[in-house]
Amino acid sequence: MLKDQDRIFTNLYGMHERTLAGAQKRGHWDGTAGLIEKGRDWIIQTMKDSGLRGRGGAGFPTGLKWSFMPKESDGRPAYLVINADESEPGTCKDREIMRHDPHTLIEGALIASFAMNAHTCYIYLRGEYIREREALQAAIDECYDKGLLGKDAAGSGWDFDVFLHHGAGAYICGEETALIESLEGKKGMPRMKPPFPAGAGLYGCPTTVNNVESIAVVPTILRRGAEWFAGFGRQNNAGTKLFAISGHVNNPCVVEEAMSISFEELIDKHCGGIRGGWDNLLAVIPGGSSVPCVRGEKMRDAIMDFDYLRGELGSGLGTAAVIVMDKQTDIVKAIWRLSKFYKHESCGQCTPCREGTGWMMRVMDRLVRGEAELEEIDMLWDVTKQVEGHTICALGDAAAWPIQGLIRNFREEIEDRIKAQKTGRVGVMAAE
Amino acid sequence: MLRRLHSEQPDSFAFTPANQAWAEAQMTKYPEGRQASAVIPILWRAQEQEGWVTKPAIEYVADMLGMAYIRVLEVASFYFMFQLQPTGSVAHIQVCGTTSCMICGAEDLIAVCKDKIAPKPHTVSEDGKFSWEEVECLGSCTNAPMAQIGKDYYEDLTAASFTKLIDDLAAGKDVVPGPQNGRYAAEPKSGLTSLKDYEADKPQYNASAELATELGDGVKRIQGDEVPLLTPWVGKDGVVAGRAAAEPTPEAPERPKPAAKQAEAAKAETPSKPPAKKSDAATPAQPEAAAAKVTEPKADAADAVEEKEPETLTAAREGGADDLKLLKGVGPKLEQTLNELGFFHFDQIAKWTEAEVAWVDARLKFKGRIERDGWIEQSKKLAAGEETEFAKSAKTDGRYKDKS
Repeated sequence: MLKDQDRIFTNLYGMHERTLAGAQKRGHWDGTAGLIEKGRDWIIQTMKDSGLRGRGGAGFPTGLKWSFMPKESDGRPAYLVINADESEPGTCKDREIMRHDPHTLIEGALIASFAMNAHTCYIYLRGEYIREREALQAAIDECYDKGLLGKDAAGSGWDFDVFLHHGAGAYICGEETALIESLEGKKGMPRMKPPFPAGAGLYGCPTTVNNVESIAVVPTILRRGAEWFAGFGRQNNAGTKLFAISGHVNNPCVVEEAMSISFEELIDKHCGGIRGGWDNLLAVIPGGSSVPCVRGEKMRDAIMDFDYLRGELGSGLGTAAVIVMDKQTDIVKAIWRLSKFYKHESCGQCTPCREGTGWMMRVMDRLVRGEAELEEIDMLWDVTKQVEGHTICALGDAAAWPIQGLIRNFREEIEDRIKAQKTGRVGVMAAE
Repeated sequence: MLRRLHSEQPDSFAFTPANQAWAEAQMTKYPEGRQASAVIPILWRAQEQEGWVTKPAIEYVADMLGMAYIRVLEVASFYFMFQLQPTGSVAHIQVCGTTSCMICGAEDLIAVCKDKIAPKPHTVSEDGKFSWEEVECLGSCTNAPMAQIGKDYYEDLTAASFTKLIDDLAAGKDVVPGPQNGRYAAEPKSGLTSLKDYEADKPQYNASAELATELGDGVKRIQGDEVPLLTPWVGKDGVVAGRAAAEPTPEAPERPKPAAKQAEAAKAETPSKPPAKKSDAATPAQPEAAAAKVTEPKADAADAVEEKEPETLTAAREGGADDLKLLKGVGPKLEQTLNELGFFHFDQIAKWTEAEVAWVDARLKFKGRIERDGWIEQSKKLAAGEETEFAKSAKTDGRYKDKS
């Protein structure tokens, strides 16, 4: 298990002082100007060496992303935009950073912006997080007051502003180009790529969009060294990671652990085991709603990192939001609820997604009750394949994958239900 | 999802002075000319003040930001947190119903809402105090099931604790948000498995609940003095340091559209000279707060030809207006604009001086068009009764006939 001194988010539960003074006691804002003095290239190289992969779900190497920003300005300003629109079902990790350890994020924003030649950073917070917004704004105000932001931020010679912006309840604004549109005051509809935000993003200027956690870990990595961070986790899956475990475990929680921890250790150490014991485990969605579910028996020995979950189990680490379902769960209904979510959140721009999500939800609705034909399972599979990969952004894919995961792993459950409905017998379904 | 404005709308909307100041402070976060970025926060403040987003509020915000009404309506109807119908006087309750919460008992909470408030979502209860809806993931999944009431998250709920919560709110009692089962925040309920060092001296509440109890504004209608928006980024010299350090943001590709209402108001003020006033409205509507800094709507500093208002008419002379569409580059739309500005005849256009061209140019949406298409030369010919090549073909092929 990860030792406390190796944790980056030392105030995750907010039990220590949440003020700037408290953060400084825990080692934040220590020698920030010195880190900046080492220069842009050193920062980006260290981030590359650390092996940090973006914490927002896609797992793109953060240092590499930063290096796409123009080295010299062509007359346009550059922007760092922090994606705090945490709304992937199952995910609730960034909230803990913003309300309890906000200075990790603010300090990270300064360093990352400097590395990308940006003088301005916008934090796009989801609209529902109202108290988190107040807490984060208070932290930002305190930083301005103490000269850590604004002109000559933290004595680094770099002029830098952080602005807190918020949305109003649209999941799609977690997609980076939709987020930029929303930040410009429009409907959050994703843009076609290219041009990528690093070329033309916010207000048509070079922009990098990073997840809260990706930015908040930066100062600690730079202070303690790339080797330290790369020392956790398997090759190519470096570092520590916030896991958010919800659902049918005895003690759901958010916890920072080393990458590549086994699922069993994660659950037993921090969550007090599966409700009703390991034999009662039905399925797990290991990375937030957008990744396919995995059968419980395959999950117990699973290694919680990007490569294992994708390569071995056909799922993904996503945001490391682990949703655990025990055998009392109606798995078809659980996935139907995700279909409903995607139908609700489709922005309506691309036809396959706008129409497909509604179509899939309605079929799923009948599958929950068993009022369908067996052939419809394959038909549904077909439709998911027609939505997947045919839309501007990944919401179409995200809507298709949970259903594909369900059909791949629990086909017999759906079939049983249809047969039971046809024969008029009810008792077949254990889950009911 | 199709969402419409409510059938019954109040007559007017205005921010309280404190909220107005808050909204203007909000606008300083964005570069010059990008004030539309503030639309979501300001609309949200309107909802916090009124309980829901009304049509007058949408128009008010549009006028404030120099946006077309439709753009703000689009935003209000796209984002689900904007309530487009009246909500309960005490609170609008949002129960998270997405998978993590659903498998932990959100359906029981929804049943409580149906039973205690109204059978259908977005309906105000009989006593007028509450309304409810099922919302998608609120991002508090390890504390499932949960609900948002006003500004606050109430987590780790059961049907019983949720029922009591609604009763307490109805009775006006103080309630403490956060986990309702004795948990502190998102740590394991049975006890800490990490970060145990600070446990002994922890503050009474987690950050969210602490703010809620300190401010006591959880379900209050926000007047603006609760959490003032300081603007520390605006330095003592009035300069935003980061913005000044960076290169200027390139001009917005399209100037904010004039708000129809401002145009109307301007017209109503001076009915005798509608064209000139209308043109005022056509220049970008600068939000008032910004105007203080920007001073004047930019009068193209680069090509500093001074503008002079040409002679205009309020109506066509006897014998009717000339067909300005016979000028190459002028269509029905532009003809109408020219008429509104007070131009009806070729000889009027033929007489324009350079300064007058600049004046007209500034009021049309097509910079440089007058010169490029040679309106003055064309007008001179047409006024003298000659034909231009374009006029000839335009007359014979009847290109404007079918459309008018």
